[in-house]
Amino acid sequence: MPVWMVGFTMPRPKKSGDPVMTQHPFFGASHSGFAHPVDSEITPHAVFLQRRDWLRQVTAGVAGVSMAAWGARDAMAQIPSDGLLRPGKLAPLTGAVSRVSGANTMEKTTSYGDASSYNNFYEFGTDKADPAKYAHTLQVKPWSVEIEGLVKKPSRINLEDLLKLSPMEERIYRLRCVEGWSMVIPWVGYSLAELINRVEPLGSAKFVEFITQADPKTMPGVGSRVLDWPYVEGLRMDEAMHPLTLLSFGMYGEVLPNQNGAPVRLVVPWKYGFKSAKSLVKIRFVEKQPINSWGRSAPQEYGFYSNVNPNVSHPRWSQATERRIGEDGLFAKKRKTLMFNGYEAQVGQLYAGMDLTKLY
Amino acid sequence: MKVALRHALQHRSAKPVLWVLCLLPFAWLVWGAANDVLGANPAEYLIRALGDWTLRLLCLALAITPLRVIFGLPELAKFRRMLGLFTYFYVVLHALCYSGFDMGFEWTEIAQDITKRPFILVGFSAFVLLTPLALTSFNRAIRWLGATRWQWLHRLVYLVAVLAVLHFFWMRAGKSNYAEVFVYASVLFTLLAWRFFRLFDFAR
Repeated sequence: MPVWMVGFTMPRPKKSGDPVMTQHPFFGASHSGFAHPVDSEITPHAVFLQRRDWLRQVTAGVAGVSMAAWGARDAMAQIPSDGLLRPGKLAPLTGAVSRVSGANTMEKTTSYGDASSYNNFYEFGTDKADPAKYAHTLQVKPWSVEIEGLVKKPSRINLEDLLKLSPMEERIYRLRCVEGWSMVIPWVGYSLAELINRVEPLGSAKFVEFITQADPKTMPGVGSRVLDWPYVEGLRMDEAMHPLTLLSFGMYGEVLPNQNGAPVRLVVPWKYGFKSAKSLVKIRFVEKQPINSWGRSAPQEYGFYSNVNPNVSHPRWSQATERRIGEDGLFAKKRKTLMFNGYEAQVGQLYAGMDLTKLY
Repeated sequence: MKVALRHALQHRSAKPVLWVLCLLPFAWLVWGAANDVLGANPAEYLIRALGDWTLRLLCLALAITPLRVIFGLPELAKFRRMLGLFTYFYVVLHALCYSGFDMGFEWTEIAQDITKRPFILVGFSAFVLLTPLALTSFNRAIRWLGATRWQWLHRLVYLVAVLAVLHFFWMRAGKSNYAEVFVYASVLFTLLAWRFFRLFDFAR
């Protein structure tokens, strides 16, 4: 059973009347570190759901829509959003529970439907519904990733070999988009460090550059001038080597849907989502800090680091809060965004002494 | 052809039909929100769709006079007020959804947001400037103000059009995704340019 199902299929030790989720299995009742309680976790679940129903009914009243039809819909919708079932859409890909610190948030996972239909993947269009509509044309077989630059063993690794390179782990990460929304996604993959160690970077390699697929024939958005193609991202070597930095091949116990960056992508949970490059084709080890696509397109808005930081606003919006997709009713208050997306305990030391208001 | 069109425009059901048409987007959004078919982020969908419809109705309202003059359809004039008021209807809902869904009706935070983010300030200004126009839309207001003063007041809509496009442009600036902005900007530019050049025609 994948770890993200644990919380929903097995009873947790719980005292009667305990608010949901305050008894954290790893952190007890304390709220230190990154395991801060959030509004919806403090509200007893039943009350929380009632509030949602009430809000929906109010809207329904306005619409004059029949209540009965509605209740039925809501009841049906609960099943996938509570993660009781594997989506059953794609080939299974499971992983063992990760032992990496911070890799198993107990927050409620976002429904597979939301996570696979609300995507920023500009190679398939700028609307968040576009990737789910158009990414079926992406050719993921055969696939290989080229390792180049300052490494002892430059190579081209086939996807099959990449899948076998290290044991798969399941990791439940928060994903915070720079646009102000967030999800909780159970990824399947292994630490990027496993791959990096095998290709043996030279001492002169200070950064890692990630180059993604840009095929105008299969990716209709690649013709647009929104960004320079291919989409490029980068990490400092110590960031790339951090155990939380994931090379992901799957989510929700299955291989990645095309719109989520199949067949292999990066997931860097403490940075804004755009740092987690999708559909990787090249990993290049370099000496100088690479220029990432958003940094090139709008340098005044997107820095190289792009760590999740509630205290540093985007020039056009505040980053202090976020909307958790699919979780709360329309009228629910947004959550407070956590420093380093709640992974401060794990990654804070990487940035010790850096002025994060300048190096955002 | 034109005779038939003029007949249709003169028909007593023309106004009610337009009224219903203008409410259709609103009805769809309420239905969509109630049935959870607005995607993964319904709040964002609502805010954006209401902004889109505000812009569309603004374009339509501003198109009335040019179309009336160019095609010689005096009947069009009687639809202008309704389109203007529906523009205001959608901008009010747009502002309400932003205040509620994005800001949780925290008025101090909204005030901060308006001063902090230029694109919100611009959008808010456009909304504020449209308010006196909506408030003085009825016949008696025209009599109270006098036609000249009323007309000068209502020329604020040209400024509103510029601010609305700027608001949309700025919102899309981060993603450098200007295709739709360009469409609205060209339509509004054409409608305003037509008025500008007519001004010189009259002066001659």
